[in-house]
Amino acid sequence: MAVYTLHINGVEHRVDSWDPEQPLLYTIRNAVGLTGTKFGCGLAQCGACTMLMDGDPVRSCSVSVRDAAGKTITTIEGLGSPQQPDFVQAAFIEEQAAQCGYCTAGMVMAVKALLARTPKPTPDQVKEALAGNLCRCGTHTRIVRAALRAAGSI
Amino acid sequence: MTMMPDLSRRALLKAGGALVVGYSLAGARLAAAQAADSGHPIGKTVDPHEVDGFLAIHQDGALTVYSGKVDLGTGYRIAVRQMVAEELEIPVERIALVEGDTALTPDQGPTAGSSGIMRGGVQIRQAAATARQALLKLASAKMNVPVENLGVLDGAVIPKGSTIGVTFGALIGDQRFELKLDPKAPLKDPRTYAVVGQTLKRPDMAEKVTGRHVYMHDFKLANMLHGRVLHPPAVGATLAEVDEASIAKIPGARVIRIENFLGIVAEDEWSAVRAQRELKARWTGGGGLPGNDGLIDAIRRAPVIAEEAIETRGDAAGALKSAAKTLRATYFWPPQTHGSIGPSCAVAEFRDGTATIWTASQATHKYREHFATIFGLPPEKVRLIYLDGAGCYGMNGHEDAAADAALLSRATGRPVRVQWMREDEHGFDPKGPPQLLDLEAGLDQDGRIIAWASHLHIPQATKGLANIPLLSPAAAGLAQKPGIGTGLISQNGDPSYPVPHVAVTAHWLKDTPLRPSNIRAPGKIGNCFAVEGFVDELAEAAQVDALEFRLRTLEDPRAIAVLKRVGELMQWEPRVSATARSSAGSLAHGRGVAYIRYKQSENYVAMGIAVTVDRGSGTVQVTRVVCAHDCGLVINPDTTKNQIEGSIVQTLSRALFEEVTFDHDRVTSVDWASYRILKFPEVPEIVVDLLLHQELPPLGVGEAAAAPVAAALANAVFDATGARLRTVPFTPDRVKAALARG
Repeated sequence: MAVYTLHINGVEHRVDSWDPEQPLLYTIRNAVGLTGTKFGCGLAQCGACTMLMDGDPVRSCSVSVRDAAGKTITTIEGLGSPQQPDFVQAAFIEEQAAQCGYCTAGMVMAVKALLARTPKPTPDQVKEALAGNLCRCGTHTRIVRAALRAAGSI
Repeated sequence: MTMMPDLSRRALLKAGGALVVGYSLAGARLAAAQAADSGHPIGKTVDPHEVDGFLAIHQDGALTVYSGKVDLGTGYRIAVRQMVAEELEIPVERIALVEGDTALTPDQGPTAGSSGIMRGGVQIRQAAATARQALLKLASAKMNVPVENLGVLDGAVIPKGSTIGVTFGALIGDQRFELKLDPKAPLKDPRTYAVVGQTLKRPDMAEKVTGRHVYMHDFKLANMLHGRVLHPPAVGATLAEVDEASIAKIPGARVIRIENFLGIVAEDEWSAVRAQRELKARWTGGGGLPGNDGLIDAIRRAPVIAEEAIETRGDAAGALKSAAKTLRATYFWPPQTHGSIGPSCAVAEFRDGTATIWTASQATHKYREHFATIFGLPPEKVRLIYLDGAGCYGMNGHEDAAADAALLSRATGRPVRVQWMREDEHGFDPKGPPQLLDLEAGLDQDGRIIAWASHLHIPQATKGLANIPLLSPAAAGLAQKPGIGTGLISQNGDPSYPVPHVAVTAHWLKDTPLRPSNIRAPGKIGNCFAVEGFVDELAEAAQVDALEFRLRTLEDPRAIAVLKRVGELMQWEPRVSATARSSAGSLAHGRGVAYIRYKQSENYVAMGIAVTVDRGSGTVQVTRVVCAHDCGLVINPDTTKNQIEGSIVQTLSRALFEEVTFDHDRVTSVDWASYRILKFPEVPEIVVDLLLHQELPPLGVGEAAAAPVAAALANAVFDATGARLRTVPFTPDRVKAALARG
């Protein structure tokens, strides 16, 4: 069984997996124990499992643990806490931008990646950046407002 | 207040600590705590007629509410606290909430049909009102002050004119009320409300946004196995042969076969996924579906088991014959999936003759009975505990996953977690059933609707029938009560206007393809799409403006108010036919309106939609939606608006994009590419206006606003193009075909 070194939220984790193709999502949720990132489709179609890898948003259901080894990974837990939310998370709370909240971690991570590239996005740029993240409860307008609020635009 | 010893800062902090159970401890640790029954009164009653069924006051003055209804992402979690806080004068922060645990919460019926607040919350509010009277009496005896000279403030009973009183904790902390819920216990005058009607933030939001909220999917038990189930390649197929060697190389994976039930378990989740993917099995038979292209024909041919007069007023048949003008049309709503973003998940543990099942089911009490039957256990040996899932909007695969986990746990003797994969959820969750409506209406000389007949062709519905059969017990040969549950899909088959002659007939079909279940606003979205689309056709036939046509027959001031408000928000320009505004190139712009009295007895909702239609490509872009909504008492305006916005967006998605496809064997729309839903760039501006009636009882808000969306959208497309859309979804091909018809 091979051992992989993952740098997650500033902490080094050594995890083993019998299968190098095991998706990063399963490793992080089960072996590492960070369950904030969610399984949605396993097909890179919905964005629920979005994490940052070396600063870029990735679908962690479709990145193998072997390919993630040695990379710098940020999950939703690496941003802030309920007591001290990160500014994007704080904007989501302010806008009450969730219902069931299952897609929310992926949304927050996608907005983080957008604002790192484009600090002052237009509403259309926010919508375009989130086009690959699905929400079934229909909280889209709140999520867009949260992104704009995080950018200081409202 | 600061003079009261029990309300010191230390006590408040302690109370704050207690409510962590309901707030940030939600999920794994909460479930673990509940499993051990720690912190809850020993032998606590779950009798809904007892105050102790719903409420427990602790020594420190904190309060726990036990709710059979659950928060499905709706905001119930804050709203029910607000209702209790209002009656008992206790801050919401000191109220913990236990939801949907069959061992701890009364059976308040499933969290369905927008009944959370309107029935569940109201019942708990009455328990709180009863408790308030009991606390006043206890305080009266303790302080020797007549009840009429006492008031309640901030978790304490205080003599009028005084600042020193006795806290609830001191009066009854950790003791039982031993008191029947009094349906006549006086409620607070709505004019004095301080908490109800306020936008308070939801207690679970910070945890959800920071990844700390523990969902069903995140719940684990020690020694737990991971399971998956292999669904057959054709519905109803028989399992002939399993090649266990095909997964021999996957560590710890093993096959559990019970008749036609085929499951696998493994020590870790990824191994279970690999085993599910790689296990080879041979199946025979099954299938026999008509294919989605043949669905309407299949419905026309399907055996009708009963014809039922759903609504009869006057003599519709006679009035249709004598009408000055009659119109007919057929509308169709396809089967759709719930489309939960997280596939269904459950954990089950069989131990010492008991079964404990953690589930995101909307109906833990109902399924406790069901599981007891399936597994041959007395109901008291079965416990279902609710944990949040991904939004379900009706019965998705939650209960099936729970049955999967239970079967695998019983077979292995260990706790088992099952999470469906995406193709399981899209392929095998029970579907919102198809609805075919034949409509006929007559106008009188003045162009008013004089007669109306609706023929609903729909699968047999719930009346007296038990639960929808679950897949894995059926495959494993375990007996279930036969039944189908679709929700009340025959409601709102008639227009929400005072038409003198009305006949709504349900032609109950023995069966439609794919297992049906309730999906948001069951039946009402499809029915309102047909009815309000047809009303628009009648307005055109009468050469009357679509908004005026609706308004001029209404007498109920609340109905008139929502429609007029939508007219204002839309800056409505009267039109007697399609406006067909065109701009650059092939783009056409239009606006439509629709109205519903939900279930003909609940919410008043009017919807206005503006669209741009590309005549060349057939694409419909929704640019703006306005909604005027009257649900009586509003508990929390922002969570109410969130529900309405969500109803609008989700139903736009259903109307524009969604249809379950299937061949002769099985569902073929098994991912988000083949079952497309609305994406961010397609989301319009949404304006929601709540018409408040704080003096009235509260109605539900999870469904009503969904009902008129598709009709308003189709009516807007008509205004833009002159083409009527009578079949959902409004795909570019369908729009182009409608344009070609004119």
